[in-house]
Amino acid sequence: MSPAASTASRFTPYAATEIAKGWDALYAFLLIASLISCILVIGGLIVFVIKYRRKVEGEKTPYISHSTTLEFLWSFIPFVIFMVVFVWGWKLFHDFRKMPENALEIAVEAQKWDWTFGYKSGRRVSGEFYVPINEPVKLVMTSKDVLHSFFVPAFRNKQDVVPGRYTTYWFQANALGNYQVFCAEYCGDKHSGMLAKVHVVTREQFDEWLSNDPYKGLSSVDIGQKVYAARCVACHQLTDAKGVGPGWKGMFGRSEKMADGSTITADENYIRESILNPNAHVVEGYPAGVMPTFAGQLNEQELMGIIDFIKTVK
Amino acid sequence: MATAAHSGKNYLNEKSGLWSWLTSLDHKRIGIMYMISVMIFFAIGGTFAMLLRWELFGAGPTIMNAHQYNQTMTFHGAIMVFMVIIPGIPAFLGNFILPLHLGAKDVAFPRVNLMSWYCLMVGSAIAFWSLFYHGSDTGWTFYTPYSVTTQNGTIWLVFGAFIIGFSSILTGLNFIVTTHKLRAPGMSFWRMPLFVWALYSTALLQVLATPVLAITLLLLAMERLLGIGVFDPNLGGDPVLFQHFFWFYSHPAVYIMILPAMGVVSEIITAFSHKTIFGYKAIALSSVGIAAVSFFVWGHHMFVSGQSEIAGIIFSFITMLVGVPTAIKCFNWVATLYRGSVRFDSPLLFALGFLFLFTIGGVTGIILATVGIDVHFHDTYFVVAHFHYVMVGGTLMAIMGGIYYWFPKMFGKLVNEFWARLSFVFIFIGFNVTFFPQFVLGAMGMPRRYFDYLPEYEPLNRISSFGAWTIGVGFLIGLGVIIHGLLRGKPAGPNPWGAKTLEWTTASPPPHENFLVQPVVTAGPYEYR
Repeated sequence: MSPAASTASRFTPYAATEIAKGWDALYAFLLIASLISCILVIGGLIVFVIKYRRKVEGEKTPYISHSTTLEFLWSFIPFVIFMVVFVWGWKLFHDFRKMPENALEIAVEAQKWDWTFGYKSGRRVSGEFYVPINEPVKLVMTSKDVLHSFFVPAFRNKQDVVPGRYTTYWFQANALGNYQVFCAEYCGDKHSGMLAKVHVVTREQFDEWLSNDPYKGLSSVDIGQKVYAARCVACHQLTDAKGVGPGWKGMFGRSEKMADGSTITADENYIRESILNPNAHVVEGYPAGVMPTFAGQLNEQELMGIIDFIKTVK
Repeated sequence: MATAAHSGKNYLNEKSGLWSWLTSLDHKRIGIMYMISVMIFFAIGGTFAMLLRWELFGAGPTIMNAHQYNQTMTFHGAIMVFMVIIPGIPAFLGNFILPLHLGAKDVAFPRVNLMSWYCLMVGSAIAFWSLFYHGSDTGWTFYTPYSVTTQNGTIWLVFGAFIIGFSSILTGLNFIVTTHKLRAPGMSFWRMPLFVWALYSTALLQVLATPVLAITLLLLAMERLLGIGVFDPNLGGDPVLFQHFFWFYSHPAVYIMILPAMGVVSEIITAFSHKTIFGYKAIALSSVGIAAVSFFVWGHHMFVSGQSEIAGIIFSFITMLVGVPTAIKCFNWVATLYRGSVRFDSPLLFALGFLFLFTIGGVTGIILATVGIDVHFHDTYFVVAHFHYVMVGGTLMAIMGGIYYWFPKMFGKLVNEFWARLSFVFIFIGFNVTFFPQFVLGAMGMPRRYFDYLPEYEPLNRISSFGAWTIGVGFLIGLGVIIHGLLRGKPAGPNPWGAKTLEWTTASPPPHENFLVQPVVTAGPYEYR
């Protein structure tokens, strides 16, 4: 779709916003200034040690204690450069942090180890999200558990996502493409797998995608019921009768004896586990290996919907 | 005069047996005990580093799973920071050299000095116990709320770091008092060697900053064990507050690591160019200046943490200010070489290596201090490369240089120069091969603390791993050089380098209380006239 898909051959990723281009400009300046400084210091060092290497033992060296002029110069000149860089960096930082008005607002929820994106229309998606090109987008982010950090190299920006508060992030992508989202704040075992994609598309494509929400306007319980009718009804009845799998009536909150002898309460976590990894804990009386996993087939919204639906089956 | 020297008595052979070492109050023996412990810790931390680079050799799992990787990463960091680099120069080289530099018989509080060593040992033992007990996978920074929720091993590692902190505080206190009270007659502050200035500045940081870490770790333990909400939002706490507390210590700690290294480099450069140091006062005062400013820059670790925009800007500004005294030092060292009489022994090679790598570490530090630039680089491999250039390229190069420089004084023997230089070649080349590609990886956006990475990052990671193993070989050669020097080294004589500071006026190894006759100082430390 765009040059952005491939970043491997570049020293910096494709710059997909105006601010990212501004970042690249300041970075180029810093690299050149750094290179000159290194050549001065390291070059001076190499020249001096070669030119003044010891030729005979016991040779005299001049007693040069200091030079106020030189020392002033090599304090003052770096200071001036540092101040230029500081002010330039300040300006850039301000651009990154000044939230635009009238932006498309998306709620971002991070948890170990995935990203969920919620639109005003009610659409919630995990693992990838869509935004229109050339329009400001503002992310209002929070975490359900530990610290995470929302990082898109193509936008040259990141922001920590903190439990118990909102942090914000904005961008205005000016190139179509799919851009990598990383979690940049260490969050445990699957930290390096906590990835997502941001798809920058045209306004028309975006509207079409957003309106294609199969669950538009539905409550969580209704979503659960729809998923039930499509995926679960074959094996699970809405009574307490035993089918291929247990009936759902009164199941939520009940203590169940497992095949391995332990007792587990059928709470949100147990139901989630049973959908994603059904053989982890099988209720006594049911053979293992019958129920398939639904990992990768159901998104967070659908999982939550099923759980909420089960709660209503009393 | 030299009856004791003629009788062959020195601090090494004056008493014998393990017990005489473990109960020794002699700063030189305690220094050697630090040397051995730090070398062992370094070997362990280094082994973890080799394993990490092996795992990162290719994308996907290579030799361990993600959880083991996170534990390895945590212990590599915690061991290298708390047990190697922080005690490395002050407690090991500083202990041995400071009283000799000052013309003193010992440090001010020899018993406290021994106790510091035991604090390090006990704290380290507890930290290692956590490894066997349950591991810890928080990273050495213990960020909340992750560290409040993860496995129980974390509490032991935190407790170990807490105890080690006392070792650091007591050593700092000892050095401050020693510097003030035990200088030889005639040694004014402006006649102290620059290594003493560096140690003194470091000691101020150790005494003032380390208690904050202790308090922070204590609060963390209280939160985990007693459920008192300080940092965990579920308990009404603030996770970002932990970062403020942690970096309020850990940023000055960065200077605890680098300032003494700068002191070592000042000593080596002047001795091996056989010329007085250029800008003595500027170098001395810049150490103090860096120490003072370092208390006000902690927020540059938190530009994207959620702290306010104005805080980020202020911390960026103050961080820039640290660059000025640092630049002064670099220029002064280079100016010292000008018209010198330069001898390329291994200590100088390591000091030049320090300057080379520290310059790169320094300019990339300015890049990271630029707040608008840091939002991209924060928590990427660019940061990893930067602080390894400073901590390994800087501090470890200085430790190696310092060992080779003072080895003749410590043991009265010379090391094999050829192999010592070869160890430098391996470490220096290996270091650049390891860490330079990581700057590029960071610019490409590869986040740090990643067990696995996207395929596009593989080639540079592979180069980096080869470099790491090259460094490993270099340090093994260095270990061989030290052991060979101990067993077979040629006698060094009191002053093999022709240096001018006081430690070179006494025998090698020095007698029990350093100087047979109290030295009287009549001039500055670098009188190469």
